[in-house]
Amino acid sequence: MIELLALLFGLATLAATAWCPPRLTRVLGSLLFALMVGVVSRFAFGVHVALLAAALAAVLALRFFPPLVLRRVVFLVPALVLLIFSTTLLMYRAPGNPFANERATSPQVEAALRAQYGVPKNASAFFGIYMRRLLVEGTLGPSIKVQGRTVEELIAPAFPVSVALGLLALILSVVIGLTLGIFAGLKKNSLADHVSMALALFGVSLPSFVLGAGAMIVFSLWLGWLPVAGWGSLRHLVMPAFALALPNAAIIARLARSGMIEVMQQDFVRTARAKGLPESWVIARHAMRGTLIPVVSFLGPAAAAIMTGSFVVEVLFAVPGMGQWFVKGAINRDYSVVLGTAIVYFGMIILFNLLVDLAYSWLDPRVRSSDA
Amino acid sequence: MTVPATPGRRAEAGVLPLDGAGVLVPAETPFRQVWRSFRKDRLAMAGLVVLAALLMLAVLGKLFTEWWVLFDPATVRLPDKLRPPFSIPSSSIGKELWPTLGLYPFGTDELGRNVFARMLQGSFVSLSVGVVAVSISLIIGITVGGVAGFYGQRKLGFVSVDTLLMRVTDVAVCFPTFFLILTVVALLPPNIYNIMIVIGITSWMGTARFVRAEFMALREQDFVTAARALGLSEGRIIFRHLMPNAMAPVLVSATIDVAHAILTESALSFLGFGVRPPFATWGNILADGRSYIFDAPWLFILPGGAILVVVLAFNLVGEGLRDAMNPKLRRRASG
Repeated sequence: MIELLALLFGLATLAATAWCPPRLTRVLGSLLFALMVGVVSRFAFGVHVALLAAALAAVLALRFFPPLVLRRVVFLVPALVLLIFSTTLLMYRAPGNPFANERATSPQVEAALRAQYGVPKNASAFFGIYMRRLLVEGTLGPSIKVQGRTVEELIAPAFPVSVALGLLALILSVVIGLTLGIFAGLKKNSLADHVSMALALFGVSLPSFVLGAGAMIVFSLWLGWLPVAGWGSLRHLVMPAFALALPNAAIIARLARSGMIEVMQQDFVRTARAKGLPESWVIARHAMRGTLIPVVSFLGPAAAAIMTGSFVVEVLFAVPGMGQWFVKGAINRDYSVVLGTAIVYFGMIILFNLLVDLAYSWLDPRVRSSDA
Repeated sequence: MTVPATPGRRAEAGVLPLDGAGVLVPAETPFRQVWRSFRKDRLAMAGLVVLAALLMLAVLGKLFTEWWVLFDPATVRLPDKLRPPFSIPSSSIGKELWPTLGLYPFGTDELGRNVFARMLQGSFVSLSVGVVAVSISLIIGITVGGVAGFYGQRKLGFVSVDTLLMRVTDVAVCFPTFFLILTVVALLPPNIYNIMIVIGITSWMGTARFVRAEFMALREQDFVTAARALGLSEGRIIFRHLMPNAMAPVLVSATIDVAHAILTESALSFLGFGVRPPFATWGNILADGRSYIFDAPWLFILPGGAILVVVLAFNLVGEGLRDAMNPKLRRRASG
């Protein structure tokens, strides 16, 4: 009951952040941003550097960040806390617990284990312990199933793997999507247009695991060009990255095509042509910006899609990334592993969305001026 | 205001046809107009045919695998594991385990289960997850969007209803949906209804925004003022006058959402968080066949192909509908 009330209160707070006046948003946003930077850099560099980084972040944010981004920070930090809380509630509601195994444990042993790992029987108490660990002690807590390791020790080797895969996939999807989309948009209703839009339609409809498994059969079994699965060399990276990238590339291609078609009918393009600018200059300097705007606004969702899609692709290609740990943690009811990976994923999505917002306000002056 | 139906009148009217009572009737209802331009879109029609076939298949699948068990998806025949499609059962299979057709049309999986039966069972699951999840999201989305669009100006304390509801929508949009679904489903007991509900309540935001925009535009139009002036109740105005006019974009996005929901379900089943194992879905056939992908490629090609065809069909129909319903596009295509 209390938990339900707390959940409702959290949701209300989240919604209330939307009404913060601009001044308050600026101060609060900078402080929360500093908090985020501090907590993250503490994992990487230790307490002293973290304090310095947090102070620097606060000043930078207060002075330079556009209101849109600060508003987002004000919204996202409570959202992150709410995510941790609701995930905790769900974990406690779920059948099974980390200490349930084949042999029945005596209540005394279970109580001792619960005390040792900081997993009390009550969800709110666990939430309290977890938040204190995260903010005060700067740790994601011990893993319950992997003996003697903390969650950050487990995630640390997996994190760069997931980031490398995700970044490569994102770059591939943007490059492929933009190329296809711009050519299709410039030569509207030509054969090239129809072919690339048909490809895009297939890309939207193909789940990445079907694409990945098909690529495995073709490139590993029949042609023998690439290793089937695993991790270690650049050649291992190719198939998972493409499997992740192509569905998003398809969406980007469609956005870029319609953006290009729309921009090419605008008056300023006609003006540029009338001035006698060469066509390539008109496209590269004038039309490109209008084409990029819808694409950039899609990058946030695309990054989220790639990160979550990587769960499936990592499982399929046996890539030792964070997705594996999330899946294992959820199956084993290893509470701290589930929460730890969830926080890192959600944090990365937040961070990326912030970057996208910054890029967006730089590209589209209308966004920059408005205090949305 | 009826016009007397004299022959002279009718001739004068010319292009405006009058029916027997002399009431003006439009040459074509909007529905027939959309249908006419939809029919010209060959790809969309192909998608529609595929969907109709799939609907039949799904119902038959439910019928033959669960109620009147012609094809049993759960029978394990260990001597016959990983048989290719169209192979005949080996002699060690007893009479009581003999498959209905006398062969395995789609081969068998790693436990010797009939893949044809499993695919049939899976077709019902995929389709019902898609349809039920989208229905849930439509109910939430239309309610939120409709209330925000129609009663948006009312005040609740210091905020208007519209601001409140749209802020909530914005909050919901910011959460990464698939991740949320994954977290929830990974922790809830694996059960198909949970999946439907979770997909439904995480995907209503688009619908809400469409409906709100349509309602706000329609509310100010003359025919609504006229309906008010006639003293019609609010309920009647909303359900008889606004709703039908607001449905076009909703229908389009719902069709494409079904495709998304099917993809999501298959990805969840693939990760092992979906429907409980003895029950077959296309996603978990794929997941089970993952380790045998080189020995038994049909375990991947058949369900993967099925997912592709269904999702493609939904996407094609959705896009065909969009083109048919969007008057701006229609004009551009003809002019």
